Amino acid sequence: MNKIAIIDYGMGNLHSVAKAMEHVGREAGIETDVQVTADARIIADADRVIFPGVGAIRDCMAEINRLNVGEIVADAMKSKPVLAICVGMQALMQRSEENNGVDCLGFIDGQVRYFGDDLRDERGGRLKVPHMGWNEVQQTQAHPLWKDIPDGSRFYFVHSYYVEAASEAIVTGRSVYGKELVATLAEKNIFATQFHPEKSQTVGLTLLRNFLLWNGSDE
Amino acid sequence: MGLAKRIIPCLDCDKGRVVKGVQFLDIRDAGDPVEVSKRYCDAGADEITFLDITASHEDRGTTVDTVSAIAGQVFIPLTVGGGIRTLEDIRTMLNAGADKVAINTAAVVNPEFVRQAAERFGSQCIVVAVDAKRVSSEGDEPRWEIFTHGGRKPTGLDAIEWVKRMVGYGAGEILLTSMDRDGTKKGFDLALNKAVSSAVRVPIIASGGVGNLEHLAEGVLLGEADAVLAASIFHFQEYTIQEAKTYMAEQGIEVRL
Repeated sequence: MNKIAIIDYGMGNLHSVAKAMEHVGREAGIETDVQVTADARIIADADRVIFPGVGAIRDCMAEINRLNVGEIVADAMKSKPVLAICVGMQALMQRSEENNGVDCLGFIDGQVRYFGDDLRDERGGRLKVPHMGWNEVQQTQAHPLWKDIPDGSRFYFVHSYYVEAASEAIVTGRSVYGKELVATLAEKNIFATQFHPEKSQTVGLTLLRNFLLWNGSDE
Repeated sequence: MGLAKRIIPCLDCDKGRVVKGVQFLDIRDAGDPVEVSKRYCDAGADEITFLDITASHEDRGTTVDTVSAIAGQVFIPLTVGGGIRTLEDIRTMLNAGADKVAINTAAVVNPEFVRQAAERFGSQCIVVAVDAKRVSSEGDEPRWEIFTHGGRKPTGLDAIEWVKRMVGYGAGEILLTSMDRDGTKKGFDLALNKAVSSAVRVPIIASGGVGNLEHLAEGVLLGEADAVLAASIFHFQEYTIQEAKTYMAEQGIEVRL
């Protein structure tokens, strides 16, 4: 039995992630027990943890702080395979520039920045914000979670803020939308995606399957 | 290279069945929205939009079950619209597995509802659907007005001003339907689309009037749409999603192939 805890802090739709994990478990013939939870005991007992998030980082951090989620997940962040998704990834960084600055959980070194109101492509064309839709992800480093996923595959993004990692060494995937942005990063047992693998059809499900099989090391 | 323009098939559903005629060659269960969604997803659709046109409140339970069944099998974004009037309606649909909800009449009746919805659930899941109709005379500066009740009821609201206001209230995306073109197969109202798209910073989904692949490409190239929505050309297998994408790519539009 592979136990997966999806951290619930009241923000957004966690059912998509849960359904996708159950689906990849069935397809891979791995018995899974997917729990959407904020219960410290269930999280401690889980084999792996998914840290999701949608919407605004400010609102997410408010709920994370109110429910003391940082402390609840602290052990897991050091010891279990963790997949952080979208605003979940942003929440792991140190600080977001939204609203003159919001402190984040600080598990990973880096900042969260706003795309800006006048975002342009390389030809000067106006780009809409949020960055919404399917964009290409260049795999900048090998990682077990990239197994069977062609380099340059398109994943589904929806976000208005993006991550700037403090070190290039932790960046595993990049995309371009007006600027070079971190699409994925990895540090030890944590893998984080700015896109939504649970909404990215075949390549997304492959990434989730890889996560289900991942031992939490980068080899 | 960068972000792809999206192609979104739309399913109009009544009491849990696809209506507005879906005619696949294999018609064994052509009206089942779960089957249809899965087929479009496998064919490369970038998102699915599900519009519930069920008239009675009692039958809405069916819709929730259907949305839940689709979300369990289709791992691309799913937007659900039709009858979204309260925060509880939104929560119900998101819990059933929808990624976004489309709000139409309820926004006109109570614009603050959009603000509340965006604050509670985040702009990324709040799509405001607008039905616009040209009200200016031929040759005059074009002007469009918002209509409700399937284009029958004028509201007096200027379409461009209305969309700006909705984005200001937190709409994360606009589903823009031309009531003049809907069902005509004459193509999108490109002037309307361009005017709306350039007025706001959020993505615009063009809808209403697609009759062929050229129309889809025009929606992006001339109407400046970020996504194009169509129903009948896909339902009746006049074109496949893949053909639509190949054609758009040939016109220099970035798509997910």
